[in-house]
Amino acid sequence: MKVTDIGNPDYFHKVVDCQWGCPSHTPVPEYIRLIAQERYTEAFMVNWESNVFPGILGRTCDRPCEPVCRRVRTEEKPVAICRLKRVAADNKGDIGPYLPPVPKKKNGKRIALLGAGPASLAVARDLLPLGYEIDMFDRDPAGGGMMRSQIPAFRLPAEVLEEEVDLILDMGVNTHFNYEITSMKEMLDMEYDAYFVGTGAPRGRDLDLPGRLESDAHISIGIDWLSSVAFGHIDSISGKVIVMGGGNTAMDCCRTSKRIGAEAVTVVVRSAFDVMKASDWEKEEAMDENIPIVNNRPPKEFVHDNGKLKGIVFECVKPVADEDSGRLNYVPTGEPDVYMECDHVLMAIGQENHCPWIERDIGIEFDKWDCPVLDEVTFQTTHPKIFFGGDSAFGPENIIWASAHAHQAAISIHLLCQGQDLRRDRPPQGVNLISQKMGVHEWSYDSEHDPAKRFIVPHANLDKALQNIKVEVELGFDRALGLKEAQRCLNCDVQTVFVDSLCIECDACVDICPMDCITFTENGEEEDLRGRLTAPAENVEQDLYVSGKLGTGRVMVKDEDVCLHCGLCAERCPTAAWDMQKSVIHVPQLGTYPE
Amino acid sequence: MTFVAKPVVHHPKLPLNEIGLNRRDYEGLVSTLCAGCGHDAVSAAVIQACAELSIPPHRFAKLSGIGCSSKTPNYFLGNSHGFNAVHGRMPSVATGANLANRELYCIGISGDGDSASIGIGQFAHIVRRRVNMLYIVDNNGTYGLTKGQFSATNDKGSTSKRGVPNLYEPIDLVSMALQIGAGFVARSFSGDRSQLVPLIKAGLLHRGFAFIDVISPCVAFNNHNGSTKSYDYTRGNAASFVAADFVAPHEQITADYAPGEHEIVRLPDGSELHLRKLEEDYDPHDRTRALAHIQEASRDGEIVTGLLYVDSDGTDCHEILDTVDTPLSVLGEAELCPGEAALDGINAGFR
Repeated sequence: MKVTDIGNPDYFHKVVDCQWGCPSHTPVPEYIRLIAQERYTEAFMVNWESNVFPGILGRTCDRPCEPVCRRVRTEEKPVAICRLKRVAADNKGDIGPYLPPVPKKKNGKRIALLGAGPASLAVARDLLPLGYEIDMFDRDPAGGGMMRSQIPAFRLPAEVLEEEVDLILDMGVNTHFNYEITSMKEMLDMEYDAYFVGTGAPRGRDLDLPGRLESDAHISIGIDWLSSVAFGHIDSISGKVIVMGGGNTAMDCCRTSKRIGAEAVTVVVRSAFDVMKASDWEKEEAMDENIPIVNNRPPKEFVHDNGKLKGIVFECVKPVADEDSGRLNYVPTGEPDVYMECDHVLMAIGQENHCPWIERDIGIEFDKWDCPVLDEVTFQTTHPKIFFGGDSAFGPENIIWASAHAHQAAISIHLLCQGQDLRRDRPPQGVNLISQKMGVHEWSYDSEHDPAKRFIVPHANLDKALQNIKVEVELGFDRALGLKEAQRCLNCDVQTVFVDSLCIECDACVDICPMDCITFTENGEEEDLRGRLTAPAENVEQDLYVSGKLGTGRVMVKDEDVCLHCGLCAERCPTAAWDMQKSVIHVPQLGTYPE
Repeated sequence: MTFVAKPVVHHPKLPLNEIGLNRRDYEGLVSTLCAGCGHDAVSAAVIQACAELSIPPHRFAKLSGIGCSSKTPNYFLGNSHGFNAVHGRMPSVATGANLANRELYCIGISGDGDSASIGIGQFAHIVRRRVNMLYIVDNNGTYGLTKGQFSATNDKGSTSKRGVPNLYEPIDLVSMALQIGAGFVARSFSGDRSQLVPLIKAGLLHRGFAFIDVISPCVAFNNHNGSTKSYDYTRGNAASFVAADFVAPHEQITADYAPGEHEIVRLPDGSELHLRKLEEDYDPHDRTRALAHIQEASRDGEIVTGLLYVDSDGTDCHEILDTVDTPLSVLGEAELCPGEAALDGINAGFR
């Protein structure tokens, strides 16, 4: 294998699995260390810079960082990254002095943000400190988008939402709420320098089944219904409720129903339990509230009596894995159809982006799925001044994706307004490596491995929680639990950096490494090398770190897979050929990188 | 010296041996020797060898004297018996331990100071007694604990860290052991794990006295350009006459050589040592020729490593003394003190 190029920003970035897995590339270990030092404000700001909504995401994120956490591979359960983010948000002090100053004198460029959801808010946050004039339009009476309308208060209290939304609006956004955009042409006539469309995926899917039209009065689209509850237009539901769908919206619908008066709530999913779209913890929380989830039941017909919904007929199927692709196909089990009584149905079977207000003759090309054709790097449409981001770009995702899109779109808008090339002039990624050695046996990070198991987040009393939709179910870690959980982080951003010219091949690192990561051997092709290391390197997703030739002609090969970043290799190295160095990944974003 | 304890978590795919233990179960405390010390590599080789032999840790007895080397039994086999004896007196304690319980696997760890200076008399006599044990000398040619004076195994002309040459002839423990009857004699290098581990395994299973002289560089005081016991010098000047592969009983069907290429030495537990000659006219069963070869190589500036001599029909001190098969430690008072009548009988025999 070739000598590993640790100057490539991706190499050590990949080792920080959580940061690599996060669409916004939040430097997770960095903020967890700050929490461990009880520097909650700083921890919050590290998050705020990168993902814009720490308090909101600390409660609602889909957590792409957790399943990839190294701790899953070395032990069992990931660090509770998401809930630690909330610890930072819950305990932060005055962040005022840390906020970027917004110049009074504007730079003369005006930007229109369509929609007031997470994507638009994040674009506003990135552009305001550079002197842009920002106009934000939304049909709802307040900012926040789906964070306000679709996430129920028992998961995300209104004050947390408002604090983080207002933080951005108060930086000087000109808001135009209760503003229904009906024509993109009209918007273009207002002659902004650039437009960012962050209108989300606002159309819930429907099902065309027998009886659907007739029983319309008793069937609601999940996201619309949640929105009506959020804005207070609906405050109760009665009788038996069936929620159709297996995603997070379905979980929010069933749990909301249970809180505002439903006599019984059942979730019915056409697919198998394991492949449901909802996050595991959201499924668990619904089940903890005694809401049954019935799987492998596609609906056939709405049964009604003169428009009064009586129930639904479901077919019984079972999943069969395709021999070649492994994909699940559903085949009838042969059992008789099942009839389930209900008085109300909430449809949460998916949502799509939908822009009927964009004329198709103004230079924005749409693909065959009626999605705008976008440059995946710049988020620019075929119209040079119009950009998309968030759910309206590539379909429904999570808030964390909206932040990620927004950072890129903001860079593009800035380059456009400065007359630069959106691709060629994009700031590059970078990496900085900083030694963490403080003295003999002294590192600037807590290198000792803590074998503690993942701590459980305390919950509110179930009876109380079910009585009031505003009672937050998860109480979050308190400071003490947060400190304990923070100790579980392996500090994967403190890298093992090897200098081959210093090595005397004494094997001290090989012997001390608790995870058998290090091998000195003859070089070879990757597949061959992986098979003959101290411990076989079977996880091909994780790179091998290969040094240059050593005195004996061998090379050092380190399997990054299960390294604990405990620093013992560096500690036992007589010549400092190993050093523990913090990798700071520069992910391009408007703003600076404090180190 | 390391203050951070080695984490208990281990690689998820760490293999288990025949008795369900993994290599980490054979470790001891974290070493407090200097970073990069060859002795730590020897400890790691002992750990690997013992784990691969699938012998339960409590069946070992670790014995040592004084010195950097003699600290190392603390860093392997944390769940075995051990005795850290007075300087140079490990052989006496080892003899006692082995006499009391012949079923224990005895590992003696000593250094060049402990065995070639203060304890050279003890060393000579334990070789003669043929105590059934593995005696390892971590040989770095220097007194590391007292800041780098020449030891008795330091080569004449080799310099100290500051460039002062050594004026005295070295004691070669390998030649001494050969001369006074050791049944298994080897030399190895702490930086050559693939050679050292099979030697440790074979030495542990060999019946009688097994001796391995391990060149184990002292990173702090004797790893410089003028040293003949540095990593670089040893790597550059080591030569092997015989390669020894250890083959456990359950692996024997897989060992595959062309006939005549190797010679098999059977060990008491059914394991085999497969010897491959790297030099045509070397015979690892000829004590006299072996001695001559080692002297010649030494004259030519070569460090001969590998298995140097093995006596396939080794004997040990229990056989010489004709002791009972049952370990003395488990005999009851009745057997150990047969009473006045028996004593009278013995006394009568001397009259």
